[in-house]
Amino acid sequence: MQWTVVVGRYSPPGDPQPKGEMGPAFREPYQNAPRKTYQTFKVDLPDHAMVLDALIHIREYEDESLAVRCACRSAICGSCAMWVNGHARLVCTSKLREHTKDGKVVVEAPPSMPIVKDLVCDMTPFWRKNMSVKPWLQNKQPVPQGEEYRVPNAAMENLIQEVSCISCGACLMDCESFAVNQNFLGPAALAKAYRYTADPRDADTDVRLREYSESNGVWDCTHCYECVQVCPKGVAPLDQILKLRKLAVDAGFTDNAGTRHADAFAESVRDSGRLNELTLSPKSLGLFNIPAQLQTLPAAFNLLRAGKLPPLIHPKIPNVERIKNIFKKIGERFK
Amino acid sequence: MRVAFWPGCVSKGACPELYVSTQKVAEALGLELLELYEAPCCGAGVLSEQNTALMDSLNGLTLAMAERVGADLMTICSTCQGVLSNHNYHLKNDPLRLSAANKVLADSGYEYKGTTTVKHLLWILVEDIGLDKIRPLIKHKLTGLKIAPFYGCYILRPEEYLGLKERPERSTYLEQLIELVGGEAVEYHGKTKCCGFPMVTMNRDKALAMGGNHILEAKEKGADLLVTPCPLCHLNLDAQQPDAGRVLKRTIDTPIFHLPQLLGLAFGYSAEELRLNHHVVSTTRALEKVELKV
Repeated sequence: MQWTVVVGRYSPPGDPQPKGEMGPAFREPYQNAPRKTYQTFKVDLPDHAMVLDALIHIREYEDESLAVRCACRSAICGSCAMWVNGHARLVCTSKLREHTKDGKVVVEAPPSMPIVKDLVCDMTPFWRKNMSVKPWLQNKQPVPQGEEYRVPNAAMENLIQEVSCISCGACLMDCESFAVNQNFLGPAALAKAYRYTADPRDADTDVRLREYSESNGVWDCTHCYECVQVCPKGVAPLDQILKLRKLAVDAGFTDNAGTRHADAFAESVRDSGRLNELTLSPKSLGLFNIPAQLQTLPAAFNLLRAGKLPPLIHPKIPNVERIKNIFKKIGERFK
Repeated sequence: MRVAFWPGCVSKGACPELYVSTQKVAEALGLELLELYEAPCCGAGVLSEQNTALMDSLNGLTLAMAERVGADLMTICSTCQGVLSNHNYHLKNDPLRLSAANKVLADSGYEYKGTTTVKHLLWILVEDIGLDKIRPLIKHKLTGLKIAPFYGCYILRPEEYLGLKERPERSTYLEQLIELVGGEAVEYHGKTKCCGFPMVTMNRDKALAMGGNHILEAKEKGADLLVTPCPLCHLNLDAQQPDAGRVLKRTIDTPIFHLPQLLGLAFGYSAEELRLNHHVVSTTRALEKVELKV
C-alpha cells in the first residue's frame, strides 16, 4: 500500500537547512516554537505498518538526514513520542491506517517542547520536572538490616498504574496547563510524585505533600484529561494527580485556593443541592485576599451588565434534606 | 421522544440563556423534557476527587431519578455529562460501588439499579432524533457564518466513560450540526482543548490565557463565533473574555453561542427569545451577517 506521510523538518541555525517551503508560524501558546518545513513522502508499506515504520523507511531509502529518535519499536523504551496529526503519540504503536486523515498523516516534533532537529525534541524540561519531585524513596527508618522492606500487597496495588510509566513524555507534550505555564510540574512528574508519596516505605510523605500543594503543583492542573487520553501505557496521570490532591488535603495542606474551592463547592451543594456561583469564587480565593477578589470584579460587573448575574438569594432544590442527609452519612470533611 | 432532564447548576445560575434556549429547541423538536427538580449538583469533578463515595451516591440519586422516569437522562453541559458518565460507568461495572451507593440512598426513597443512559443534548440530536428529522425544521439558514466548534473536555475525555471508543463520530457532531444549519465549520487545533475554567480560581491569568488562545486561534481561522455544548466553557470564553483579552493584550471580541441558541436561530426563534442579547460579548455582528438582529 502507498501512504502519504508529511514530515515536519527543522535544522538548527548553521546546519544545512531542509529543502522546501517553510510552514506557518505556530500561534500562542506555542509561539516560541520555530517554524518548520513540511516535506511530503510517499512510502510503500503493508496495511499493518506503523508510523515509525514509515519514518524509518524514509530515513533508509529517501533522506538519510531525517532525525528520528527511536529504539525498541515495542512501546517500552518511550523514545518515539511526537505529534501525529497534532496529538502526542508513540509512533511505534500508531498504525498508518488509523492515523491517515484526508489521505495523509502529519508527523512532527511537538511545538510544546524545545526542538533539537526534525522529529527529535529536547526532553530536558521533562526530566527536570521529574527530578524535582524526588522520584526515589526517602527511606523510613530504621532500614531493615539483612532483609528487604516488607509491605502488604494491597498497599502497593494502588501504585501499579503509575509504575507502568515509560517516561515517553507524551502527557507533558499535550498538557494544556504546561502549554500556558512552563513552570507547572506536569502530569508525568506529578504521577511519579504520587507513586512515591503513597509508597508505604517512604518517610517524606508530609514534606512531599507540602511541596506538591504549592504553586505549580497539583492545583495548577486544569483537569482536561488530555494526559489520560494520550498516555500509551494507561497511567492516567490525572487520576494520580487527583489522588495526590486528596492526600494533601487529608494531611492538612489546606491553605490554598484548590481546597477552599472544594470546600465552598461542597458547602453549597450540601445546603442547597446546587452550586452557588455567586459565593464560590470569593470563598475559593479567600475572603480576605483583597487583590485576588478585585481581579474578579470586572467579570462580575460584566455579568451584571449582561443580566447574567445569578440570583442574589441562592434557591434551594425541593427536598434538600435528602441531600443534607447523604452528606451527613458520608460527607466526611464536607459534613 | 421524552427524556429525564438534568439542566445542571449553571443553566439555572449564570447562564439562564442556555436553559431558555434548550426549552425552545426542545419544543420545536417535540422533545419532552421531564425535569428532575430534586436532583443534586453533579459535583463537577471537584467533589468526586475529594470524596468519590459521596459523589457515587449523589450522582447515583440523579441516575435513579431518571430510572424512575423511565427515560434517558439528558444533560446540556459537557461537565455534567462527563461526571455523570464517569460515575455511571463505575456504578454499572463495579457491584461494590453500586451497593455502597445504594446503602447510602436507602432512606432517600431511591435505589439505582444501573439501567440509566446519560446523553448530552448534542448526542440526542444526532443519534436519537437524527439530522434528517431536524433538517425540515430549519427556517433560517445561517449561510455564510463561519462557526468554530468548542466541545469542552468532559464530553470527549476519557473516551471509555463517554462511549467514544464505540462511537468515535461523537467528536464530529458539532461540525455536523453546524453544517446542517448552513454554517461553515472552522477547523482549528483548539476545538477539543480546555477552556481553562477548572483552574480559573487557582491560576487566573493562565486559565484565561488558555481559553483566550483558543478563541483567538478560531478567530484567526475566520470564525465569526464559537459554539459550545458546555456552559462552563461559555463562562470562561464569554463572561471572562474581556479579562482574557487583557491578559493576552489582544482584543478578542468573538461571541460564544450555546448549542441550542445556534439551533434555535435556525429554527426561526428570535435572538431575544434565545437571550442572545444577554451575553457579555456582543452577538450583534455575527447575527447581522445572517441578517438577524438583537
